[in-house]
Amino acid sequence: MPYPASVAGMGNGGADSKDDPQGRGTRRTFAPWTDPSARALVRFDGVSKQFAAVAAVERVSLDIFAGEFFALLGPSGCGKTTLLRLLAGLDTPDEGRILLDGEDIAPIPPYRRPVNMMFQSYALFPHLTVEGNVAFGLKQEGLPKTEITARVEEMLALVRLEGLAKRKPHQLSGGQRQRVALARSLVKRPRVLLLDEPLAALDKKLRGETQFELMQLQGRLGLTFVIVTHDQQEAMTVADRIGVMDHGRLIQVATPPEIYERPNSRWVADFIGEVNLIEGRVVDVGASETVIASVAAGRLRALSPTDAKPGDAVWVALRPEKVRIAHAAPPTDGENCVAGQVGNIGYLGDLSVYKVRLDNGIVMKAAVANVTRLVERPIGWDDRVWLSWAPEAAMVLTR
Amino acid sequence: MNGAMNRRGEHDRSWGARLIVLVPYLWLATFFLLPFLIVVKISLSHTAIAQPPYTPVFDAAAGWESLKESFSALSFENYAFLGSDWLYLASYLKSLEVAAGSTLLLLLIGFPLAYGMARAPRRWQPVVFVLVVLPFWTSFLIRIYAWINIFQRDGLLNQVLLALRIVDTPPAWLSTDTAVYIGIVYSYLPFMVLPIYATLEKMDETLIEAAADLGCPNWKAFWLVTLPLSRPGVIAGALLCFIPIVGEFVIPDLLGSSQTMMIGQTLWTEFFGNKDWPVASAVAVVLLCLLVVPILIYQEMETRDLAGGR
Repeated sequence: MPYPASVAGMGNGGADSKDDPQGRGTRRTFAPWTDPSARALVRFDGVSKQFAAVAAVERVSLDIFAGEFFALLGPSGCGKTTLLRLLAGLDTPDEGRILLDGEDIAPIPPYRRPVNMMFQSYALFPHLTVEGNVAFGLKQEGLPKTEITARVEEMLALVRLEGLAKRKPHQLSGGQRQRVALARSLVKRPRVLLLDEPLAALDKKLRGETQFELMQLQGRLGLTFVIVTHDQQEAMTVADRIGVMDHGRLIQVATPPEIYERPNSRWVADFIGEVNLIEGRVVDVGASETVIASVAAGRLRALSPTDAKPGDAVWVALRPEKVRIAHAAPPTDGENCVAGQVGNIGYLGDLSVYKVRLDNGIVMKAAVANVTRLVERPIGWDDRVWLSWAPEAAMVLTR
Repeated sequence: MNGAMNRRGEHDRSWGARLIVLVPYLWLATFFLLPFLIVVKISLSHTAIAQPPYTPVFDAAAGWESLKESFSALSFENYAFLGSDWLYLASYLKSLEVAAGSTLLLLLIGFPLAYGMARAPRRWQPVVFVLVVLPFWTSFLIRIYAWINIFQRDGLLNQVLLALRIVDTPPAWLSTDTAVYIGIVYSYLPFMVLPIYATLEKMDETLIEAAADLGCPNWKAFWLVTLPLSRPGVIAGALLCFIPIVGEFVIPDLLGSSQTMMIGQTLWTEFFGNKDWPVASAVAVVLLCLLVVPILIYQEMETRDLAGGR
């Protein structure tokens, strides 16, 4: 396998952030998916896979670019791991093609693909030491002993496991095992590193730290990472782009802000974060503004691009943190506001979440950042309150 | 008050716990250690035409002086005798040879069988499992008698061989080493298959996928991952077969020749044929010491394994 000689030169994808050894400095401008001339490193082309008559992956087409940190996000059983296994060659697609660098990899067996996987269970070899586990892949390439030793040492230093080289997996903590698994999959310098729920077994705090370490590592090595996760926060944190999956289908592929602020469906809006959904009918579509009539909240204005036409049934989606809550009625003329009674208050420390029961029985959520130390809540249980929001906060969804 | 009761409770529990630990030790002491010491004592005695057929007989009722006298009458001459007569050494060697050879055969047959079982579809595994255990439902002795029937000159085996024109004249199978090996491999196969199956069955299959992902073709993944990880099962199976085969009596007695006897047969002859209890006991003690060695080696390997790669 022809590997680039140095880590710094491994980008292989052209003029993106790869010239920046520190990683994320030029991330702002990293968006090869917006460039129609950019060639994908990995391309799924109408890929389907069935297990016992159940479609695990259904007609998925997806481009992943060199140097990208791509997250496959979805509930368990949505087919995201299967997609990863198809790329690794551990399963074969029933339909469609998978291209790596423009070349169909169907005839390449898993043991010759320039792709490595970090397994959810880590799958460390229990009979080998840390060193033995990390060296395993290099030995299969028949590299000289000195080079293997050097690269294993380098990799163990990278994941901060020096000194544990002679331990066996059962003598390590969960976090250390996770690092060994990471080192083992990275040491072969794969064109694409596949991470199957790599942090799922770690506790919350360690998981947060490790997310940032993964990002740093990816930026520094300039490799392409594809991570599978069911944790939307994790996907938002680490990924350049997220592919949201459900029932084997790819629902939306976009950057984290786009996914959050411009979901393409109620399902995505609801899966990523919290959302209030108000059903309504389009009254008028202006140049930038859409006017919607709803039973629950009267007339609504949304500054949100939509292809809906007047008369169409739509949903207005509102993120709780973009909803204001106050005792007094807002100075708008009855648009983008509703009245109700506080039914429940969740104090999360950084945020307080108010569940407000509207007069027609619908419950809406408003999240307020606790910018000062909370001594006395200005808004209490059973208070009569007004919820209001800016037209920019509202998203119009047609499905 | 409360504290005192608590302490009392702990006290009781620790006594109960101690008692539970004590039971197996008592069992071992009563039914293993004590009889073994009796055998050791007999092996140090002399034959006598008496009941029991050896002297001295310890008689605590006869007083301290007579006990001391009895003790001084004990000697190691039976062990010296075992060393001086070629018969016993040949017998031991024959036993070890048969045990080692058939354990190897059992491994060669048992491992692929266990591997196939573990890789069989989940819903078939219980069926295959029962098939392996099924022979146990018939008496061991009856199964060996069945083999006598098969091995006879006009038995099933020769009938098949003649029908298939593999041989022209029916060869003699009974009273040959081949018959002994076949009988032993047949009888002990489940003891080899089951422990290997148990380790292979609980092996994480993603380990094989990980090996493939890291560049191993299937055969190499088997060699580098499956085989080393099945080692505990292989060792357990080998010990489970090797140790009883060394002392095997029924199979060589019924299927083998009387030319070279295995140690089990020698022991039987000494005991029931020659009525020489002391020599028979010495044979048994030496056999036991021989068999402790592989167990010690195994334990040593285990502890080294647990200590990690150092």
